[in-house]
Formats: sequence, structure tokens, C-alpha cells
Amino acid sequence: MILRDNDQDSLMLYVAYKPSLNNKGLTPMNGLYNIALKLLINDRGKFLALLIGVTFSIFLITMMTSMFSGILNRASSSVNNVGAKIWVLDPAVTNIVSSIPLPDYVLNYAKSARGVKFASPIFFSTALAKLKDGLYQPISIIGIDDKTLFGRPPLVTGNIQDIFAENGFIIVKDSDYEKLHSPMIGDEFEVNDFRAKIVGIATLPYSGIFGIPTLYTTYQRAITYLPTGRSTISYILIEPQTDKDIEQIKNDIRKIGYEALTREEFTNKIANFYKYRTGLGINVLLMTVISFIVGLSISGQTFYSFIYENLEKFGALKAIGAKGSELIKMILIQSLFTSLVGYGMGVGLAALVILFARERVANYAAQITFNNLFLALGLVLIIAAISSYIGIRKVLTIQPFDIFRN
Amino acid sequence: MTIQPVAVKVTHIDKWFGENSNKTYAVRDTSFIANKGEILFIVGPSGSGKTTLLSIISGILRPDNGKVLIDGEDIWTLNEDQLAEFRLNKIGFVFQDYHLFPRLSTLENVAIPLILKHLPWDTALTEARQYLDIVGLANKEHLPPRQLSGGEQQRVAIARAIVSQPDLLILDEPTASLDGETGKKIVGFIKEKILTHQRAIIIVTHDARIVDYADKIMHMEDGKNIGIEKVEHAQ
Repeated sequence: MILRDNDQDSLMLYVAYKPSLNNKGLTPMNGLYNIALKLLINDRGKFLALLIGVTFSIFLITMMTSMFSGILNRASSSVNNVGAKIWVLDPAVTNIVSSIPLPDYVLNYAKSARGVKFASPIFFSTALAKLKDGLYQPISIIGIDDKTLFGRPPLVTGNIQDIFAENGFIIVKDSDYEKLHSPMIGDEFEVNDFRAKIVGIATLPYSGIFGIPTLYTTYQRAITYLPTGRSTISYILIEPQTDKDIEQIKNDIRKIGYEALTREEFTNKIANFYKYRTGLGINVLLMTVISFIVGLSISGQTFYSFIYENLEKFGALKAIGAKGSELIKMILIQSLFTSLVGYGMGVGLAALVILFARERVANYAAQITFNNLFLALGLVLIIAAISSYIGIRKVLTIQPFDIFRN
Repeated sequence: MTIQPVAVKVTHIDKWFGENSNKTYAVRDTSFIANKGEILFIVGPSGSGKTTLLSIISGILRPDNGKVLIDGEDIWTLNEDQLAEFRLNKIGFVFQDYHLFPRLSTLENVAIPLILKHLPWDTALTEARQYLDIVGLANKEHLPPRQLSGGEQQRVAIARAIVSQPDLLILDEPTASLDGETGKKIVGFIKEKILTHQRAIIIVTHDARIVDYADKIMHMEDGKNIGIEKVEHAQ
């Protein structure tokens, strides 16, 4: 080893620099944060393990909650597609496909209720369509009021008036459209031994949950083609005169033993059914918790071992003059940085997978909502907080004296 | 003969561990003075209390009795944060195993005390570079410590210890991890380049080969100061 003998110039410089050491930086914590992040990132193996843990966890959480959101969104698709402000239903109805038929007097009552601009019946049912090749395909049929056609879908081909033509049906061109062999206007099939003819092709903003084609026809034709009980109205759609009338209408309908819900309320009711009464919610919750625990375990363990390996260095920092609060900030910035990068990567990966799946799987129901993102963010912050806590506890127990004692 | 100002005054220090029948004295009734501009060696066998005493002087282990005055300030009247601040500003440490951060560059390692003093990052690195130059490692500032030899790592640790220009430099077994020749060179370098009239240096060591560099040698045994000898150097 060669020591330099001629360091007089350097020594002079070192003396000359002394006064500037008293200057306080304008951004006092930046240097410490730099050190903290360099310690973290330059330990590539551990940093990668931490990132993989958090990313994987957030990916799973985001995927699970996005699929759940997608399913809930599709479960209420008809409510949103029809677009009525108020839906009248039997209070026992839990979701749109399990409608309980309403007697005609409810429709008459609704029409005459105060604040009602107009009220229309709508019919929901499923049936089997017999195709030309002899195959059967389950379909969803919506019968809209013959007088008002309220709830009709926007057409891309054809004329809405043709719905009144003999055997007229409008088909929705969605991901399930091909299941009826992509019919064009004029194509025919059978429903319950009745002839059905395509007179229009429509699009809808929301696809259904069950993956079957949707057809619209008139209310009268629907109840003629499909078996019903004495009552035939699935729901009554109400347009209020003004939004202020909604409460009044709801109260009036309640008086005769039925329920009037706004579109949002009905959507929530359906969502609650799937969340709490189908097992779907608990399963998603369980998977989310498992994903969280997996992420927490990997990142917590790796962060602990990262801190443990650097423990004597933190002790040395303490001996040199770092305050406990500064070490805490260093650990917090390390875990926060890892968590936020992992969060971004996890959400990004989930978004890519969902995009890819949507391109490949026609019925893929997943959507990333702000609620999903906030939930994942909340959980990743909890992971960061717990991982930091483990690290901070360890670092605060190390005494500089231990460094001298090795 | 010039009278050198007192850097460290240690008075009747006691430190024990355990209570009642388990009470064991690590340091007992120890007093001494270290002056600015001189190197004090603390020597003694293992378990004699050298490291405990060093920790007490450094403000990281609270004594049970006695006082430690550094530049006239009784450090054990300060609270934890004040002590940390005091160490940062007044004391430089060179640990036995250096305790350099392997994930930081040599230059960043040296800059750590300045960063703890809240200097902006670039300023801290610029200043640290001067000290790396003093210890002759300016050309290795980008290397991580693991790519340096033991002697070079020791010099990086020294640069880190002096970068905030402390009045007291404390070295714990500075030659323990070095071969004899390198150890001598390091201590010689410290004496020649690092010791100033404004600074006292305290070195704890077992290494008899380097005691020639001491100005004073304090001998410890069973936690006690059993004598201080002044070393006369040929001019």
C-alpha cells in the first residue's frame, strides 16, 4: 500500500472548507433519502425480491378485485342498458334475472301516481333458440312496451319500427352475438316453436353476465312466445316528471307493498346480492386477503433480512451522529419507495393482462376501477407500514455500543 | 514547552453492568486528560474495559458515575438527540471493522457525516472528495469499498471520520484487520496528516507495534487506569 506523502495542498483545502460545514442545506432530507434509496436499490437481489413480492401481491389483488368489479358491472348491465330512472319491483327481488312478476294493477297505480311522467312494463326472460342447423342456444329476451318502446337499444342496422313487424326481434351485437351464427337482418330462428326474425341489430354499452345473446322484441310478443304465469310484468319502468318527484314516487309505490328503486339503488341491490348472498364476495375477499398476506410475507421477510444485514451499518450511522428519527425516515422511504414501485408495476401488469384477456376472450369480465386502485394502494401502504415497523423496531434496538463491541 | 489545550477530560468514571450480586465493573474510577494536538493510546488486555471507556468518551454509552468533558462541555448532561448532534459535530469514529456501506461508492461513504449534517447532496460529495484526496484515494471515489484493499478501506474510514472536521478522533483497534506494515503506515499517516493542533486522537489498541506513534499511553486493567506514560519522541 502506498500512502501519499505530498498532501499539503489537500490539507490546506480541508482547513479552508471548515466554515462551509456550518451551512444548512435547503433540502435537508434529500441527502439522507438518496443514501437510503441507494442502499436499497444497489442491493439488487433483495430489491428485486422485494419488488417481486409487492408486485405479485398487487397484481393478484388488482386482478381479483377487477374481476369482481367486472362481474358486478355485468350483473347490472340490463339496468344500465335500459336506462330507466326508476324501477318498480317486488321487494323480494334480489337480482334482475330473478324477477317476480307484478300484477297489472301495479302498472296502473304507477301510471297514476303523483310525479310520474310515464310508466312502462318490461319483460325479462330466458329461452332456447333453435338455430337453422338444429342446434339450441340459450338466449335472453327483453320485451319492451309496445306503446312507448321505452328501454329500446340503439340500433346500428335496421329501423326500430320494424320491431312491430311479424316475428320481429332485434339482436344485440356484443361478444355473444356470434353464438347465434352472427345473424343479419332477415335471418330467422325459432323460439318455443315460434318463428323469430331479425329486423335490427343494436349495440349496448354493457354486456351481460351469463354470456348468452340478448334479443329485444315487443312486450306483447315476448309474453306470447314465452311461458308466463298470470302476471307477466317483470318490472315497471318509471320516468319521473322531475328528479324531485322521485322520493314521492318511491313512497307511493311502497304504500302498495312494492319497491321503487332508482337505477343506482337497483344496481347496488344487485351488487349486494352477488357480494353477500352468492359466495362470490367472500371468495374474492378471501383471495384478496391471501394475496395481501403473500405480498406482506414476501416483502416483510425480505425487508427484515435487508435491515438485518445492514443492522451494523445503521448502528454505525447512529454512532456517527444519526438521530433515531433520521434512521426511521430512511427506513420509511425505503419501504415506501419499494411499495409504490411495486404498486405501479402490479397495477400495470394487471392492466396488461386484462387488456390481453379482453382481446382474446370475448366475455372476459374485468375492469379496473378507482375503487380497486384505492384498495390496492391502501393495502400496499399497509404492507409498507408493517414492513417498516419490523425494520424500525430492529434498527432502534441496535446500540452504537454494540458496534464497538462487534 | 507549550501547554496544549485540553480536548477531553474524563473524571472518576464508573460503569457497571448487572445489579447487586451480579454487578460487574467494566470501568472503575477512571480519570485522564487528552490534549489537543496529541495522540493518546489506550492499551490493555481483552476485557480491561478499553472499549467500554471508549464508548463512554464517545457519548454512546452512559456512565454510572463521573463526567466526560469534551471541549469543556459535559456531554452526559445532553439528551439523546443533542448527543447525536454532538457526536456528529465534534467526534470522528474509525471502527475496528470500518463499517463502510458496501452498496455506496467510496465517495458517498465519506460524505455520510456531511449528509447527516444536512448538507445538500452535491455539496457533500464535493467536500468529501477533498478528504478522499487527503487519504490518497481520489482516483477510487467511484469504487465500492469491497473493491479496495484493507488498508484502503481503513483510509476511507479515516476520511469519513475527519470529513466533518471533528475535534476528537476516536479509533478502535485501527490495525486489527491489517498486516503489520500496513498498520504502521496507517498510524503513521494519522499522526502525520490527520493530527492537528486543534484535534485530539484517541486510539484503543492491542497492537504493540504501533505504540511508538503515541504521545501518551494509558494502561488499563480490570476497568482501571493503572497508569499513563508520556512518550518522548526524538526530534
